[in-house]
Amino acid sequence: MSRYEDKEAAVRRLLDTPHPPVPGHLAGTAAERGSRLLRRHRAVRRAAWTLFALALLAFVLWASVAQPWEAPAAETTPPFDGL
Amino acid sequence: MAEQRNGPRAERAHRTREFDAFVAVAAGRLLHTATLLTAETRTRNPYAQTLLTAALAHTYAVWERLRDEDPYELTRRDLAARFARTAWRHHGGRGGVLSALLPQERLVVVLRLYEGVAEEQVAALLGLPEARVRAVHARAVATLRAGRDSTGKPAGRTAA
Repeated sequence: MSRYEDKEAAVRRLLDTPHPPVPGHLAGTAAERGSRLLRRHRAVRRAAWTLFALALLAFVLWASVAQPWEAPAAETTPPFDGL
Repeated sequence: MAEQRNGPRAERAHRTREFDAFVAVAAGRLLHTATLLTAETRTRNPYAQTLLTAALAHTYAVWERLRDEDPYELTRRDLAARFARTAWRHHGGRGGVLSALLPQERLVVVLRLYEGVAEEQVAALLGLPEARVRAVHARAVATLRAGRDSTGKPAGRTAA
């Protein structure tokens, strides 16, 4: 077990080399791409909500006109046995 | 909330300032991690830079929604996931210390030994069972040690 840990320590040393130089434009490029991503996400969310609101409005209008909860009027006239 | 009263321009400037400060501190180590993953060299690492830029852009996009989450951890997770998705296109190494390993072995070794991520977290991140992560890790360490030995002593897997 300790031999295995020695090996892990050796690999750890192998990985622990000086960091590569970071190009100066990296933060700027990332921020720019990030804000574009953010704008796109917001636009998609806004479009989805608008669509949902329109669908809801359309349903309410249709329901108030069609009133599907009312029993449909009888198709045949009931027999008239009066007089 | 104060930023919102100052308008989107001020909000964006504030976020960019915070983000720049984070990148200034974390980018060196993250780029090192990315370069180890892609097995590129310290001076020539275009693929690692592309990966890191994409991961940082994602971090920037969710910056406002980070509550208690560590942006470094988030970026590292995104970097690893991005590498796991695209590594099959960049199979072989290009001169880095881990060139002898497969992309998945590199991921496990770098996350476990360089970043110090716990085994179960690596397993969750890669969507693998823990036993599999352990096996990949052991194999990668053995391969690296064998490569080491073969340059000095005669080659041979002494690992039991």
